[in-house]
Amino acid sequence: MEYLIGIQGQDFVLVAADNVAAHSIVKMKQDQDKMFKLSDKILLLCVGEAGDTVQFAEYIQKNIQLYKMRNGYELSPTAAANFTRKNLADYLRSRTPYHVNLLLAGFDETDGPGLYYMDHLSALAKAPFAAHGHGAYLTLSILDRYYRPDLTRDEAVDLLKKCIEELNHRFILNLPSFSVRLIDKDGTHDLEKLIPVGSK
Amino acid sequence: IYDRAITVFSPDGHLFQVEYAQEAVKKGSTAVGIRGKDIVVLGVEKKSVAKLQEERTVRKICALDDHVCMAFAGLTADARIVINRARVECQSHRLTVEDPVTVEYITRHIATLKQRYTQSNGRRPFGISALIVGFDCDGTPRLYQTDPSGTYHAWKANAIGRSAKTVREFLEKNYTEESIATDNEAIKLAIKALLELLESKEIETLVTEIEKEKEEEAEKKKQKKST
Repeated sequence: MEYLIGIQGQDFVLVAADNVAAHSIVKMKQDQDKMFKLSDKILLLCVGEAGDTVQFAEYIQKNIQLYKMRNGYELSPTAAANFTRKNLADYLRSRTPYHVNLLLAGFDETDGPGLYYMDHLSALAKAPFAAHGHGAYLTLSILDRYYRPDLTRDEAVDLLKKCIEELNHRFILNLPSFSVRLIDKDGTHDLEKLIPVGSK
Repeated sequence: IYDRAITVFSPDGHLFQVEYAQEAVKKGSTAVGIRGKDIVVLGVEKKSVAKLQEERTVRKICALDDHVCMAFAGLTADARIVINRARVECQSHRLTVEDPVTVEYITRHIATLKQRYTQSNGRRPFGISALIVGFDCDGTPRLYQTDPSGTYHAWKANAIGRSAKTVREFLEKNYTEESIATDNEAIKLAIKALLELLESKEIETLVTEIEKEKEEEAEKKKQKKST
């Protein structure tokens, strides 16, 4: 099953997602990127029903870009999160709901870093750290124990590594690698892929 | 009320509504477009606004996507609609084919839209001509012009609006390989074209450069005359 995680620091947000695209018991792809760039400083991490994920995420992505073209400036992360939630909510009570779980991470000039948790029932919550998937049950307690609001970038990455090691240790499914990205005032940065010990 | 066509042929084969729309374009402030080697330039005549009006809210050059822009001449309100439709199409295209639009594609889309309004019940044509500029994926610069009838053509340089004829004549004389040799030169050419019709306003450094060149030319002419 898929896994997403986000950790907010003082002036950055760190996010990671696993890279497996599976169909039933087969790993179809081991380098799937589950993060969608909504704008220079906003990332949408999206997991769930096959097809729904990409369709919904790309739809939101293009609408965010359209807003930029129409208005000359980009939507803030808060606005983008609420827009996404509204879309999800509208489709929820239609014949064609999107079954997706999301994390939206962004950096705002005035408000600073922000991490938003959204699920397939269109709940929206701003949180200092969050995770999706079965892996969340194993890692949220680690985040509870070790998270501090004043984490440095390196400390946040170490905390992330702790979580991933726990998955490697206790989670029944093998998740061989994780894409990691960091958002701060300078935009989105790709960090090194995290590969738990023992995976190829 | 909406089952009757407004744009119909006249006995001698004219579409008067379209021609009237073109008249509306001729009343709009001038816009000029120039295609250089690695640059495309759009310049617009800045209309003087009423004393109490906020100058900066009059926007005549609009981005349609990250790599395509357009300027228009004519009815500003009509332009808003066209620009909005074009912006949506740019994103829609990216969503369906995962590629940005080519300049020709979006021009064709706008032109098709305009033509549709010359052949629809209860609708009148859009009263704008547009200059659409941008770069295709392969880096080629493009400049296209559309008009209320829905025709579109590619141009090396063109002007639309009030003094389009004067500016176009200026461009026909002055658009040479030299005049667009560098990016700066292309921009200067656009500014020179606009200076043809109005007293210069706030175009700073490049205007001083142009004045210097004019002085140098005047000097040369004097020297030629004296020899």
